[in-house]
Amino acid sequence: MQKTVLNEDHRRSGARMVDFGGWEMPLHYGSQIEEHHAVRRDAGMFDVSHMCAVDVDGADSAAFLRRLIANNIDKLQVAGKALYGAMLNEAGGVIDDLIVYYLDENSYRMVVNASTAVKDLRWMAERLADWQLAATITARREGADALAMIAVQGPQARQKVWQVLPDCRSACESLKPFSAARSGDFFIARTGYTGEDGYEITLPAEQASKLWTALADAGVQPCGLGARDTLRLEAGMNLYGQDMDETISPLDAGLAWTVDLIAARDFVGKAALVARAQQQQFLGLVLRDRGVLRAHQKVVSSEGAGEITSGSFSPTMQQSIALARLPLAVAIGDTVEVAIRDKLLAARVVKPCFVRNGNVLV
Amino acid sequence: MNIPSDLKYTRNHEWIRAEADGTITVGITDHAQELLGDLVFVELPDLGVEYSAEQEVAVVESVKAASDVYAPVTGSIIEINPTAVDSPEVVNQDAYAAWLFKMKPAAAADLDALLDATAYQQIVDAT
Repeated sequence: MQKTVLNEDHRRSGARMVDFGGWEMPLHYGSQIEEHHAVRRDAGMFDVSHMCAVDVDGADSAAFLRRLIANNIDKLQVAGKALYGAMLNEAGGVIDDLIVYYLDENSYRMVVNASTAVKDLRWMAERLADWQLAATITARREGADALAMIAVQGPQARQKVWQVLPDCRSACESLKPFSAARSGDFFIARTGYTGEDGYEITLPAEQASKLWTALADAGVQPCGLGARDTLRLEAGMNLYGQDMDETISPLDAGLAWTVDLIAARDFVGKAALVARAQQQQFLGLVLRDRGVLRAHQKVVSSEGAGEITSGSFSPTMQQSIALARLPLAVAIGDTVEVAIRDKLLAARVVKPCFVRNGNVLV
Repeated sequence: MNIPSDLKYTRNHEWIRAEADGTITVGITDHAQELLGDLVFVELPDLGVEYSAEQEVAVVESVKAASDVYAPVTGSIIEINPTAVDSPEVVNQDAYAAWLFKMKPAAAADLDALLDATAYQQIVDAT
């Protein structure tokens, strides 16, 4: 199993380690619910070094990404600006979702998912060769130039980072959401996967343990993948492999906002998306009864059947919530039924963003 | 690993306490609660219902996963623990204090087939 550079730090903190897509990662350090609350109320940190930073450099890097990614990288006009989007296959299915940062006109950084990175890199290398473009693709997860990533999230997260990294404050204090800046060896982005404010800090792997320890000493709660999943679910953010995959159109997975079909630009999967309109809608469910919604449970509505793609218990709302693909005729506010074991339980249909910046929105 | 020697166990990670009046008290083991993580939902059976040994009786769900709880022996449900339903986290706090249900076994001899602490420890070690 692969390990991040912070593996020993996690073990020292009493983490329960699990296999996550071939990576040994912390599930929790005691209570995932307490970790969840720490992020909503104060500050928590996640080792996300299993995710893969991929640098794309060269004269044709923009031309390459313009054709590779369903979102339009021409939206990126300011250094450090970030864009969320998906790489599609020719059939319009999602190969991966990713963030791409604009560094300069010949240089971009992508961050892709851990378990899909090898597949992504192969896909990218093949497309680059097919299109005969002048760019280099460099994965930054292993080797001498390996990077680590620490996400610090929560209402106090930015303050805590400034406290621990005073030299970085001037570079990152004025950052707007979804943008990043370099500060020495650190690449600091005001992004995250929790629905809270905070930073994702990319840094040389050998410096990660020192920063992790300093943040912990400053009172930032180490958080595992368990809390990361309930936080992103409450925030209504998709998880690759669960809410979408290579067989699912981004239009059916709530990702239409990340697909730019307006520009004249062609991209991989565009023809398939144009030929096949949206079939389902991606909405949230709040369980009215007691119980826990889970992925793959069937949804029954007067408009037809649907399926839960992610479900769990919301520590913030103290009830069960889910993301689901539902028939297009279902409306927000409707009541549907979910098959849980031998029962049909009532659930309310809501916009798929349950909690943002500590506030319940549904 | 906390496996009290005065209790009986199943390979499905239930613990069983034989009471003086011939009834049994059933819960999930400390190992089971640790594997599941923070519990958020407990569903217990109706009183009076009869179950066969190894039939699904109850459900415990953590943030992470749902897990069935099975009848350790054939018998009927005589009492459930409402505290476990209202506050599932009590099972995480003390799995042996937070019992789930009580049964009246159909045959007292069936209890002899349950595992003792040593045998259960071996199962935990092997997983």
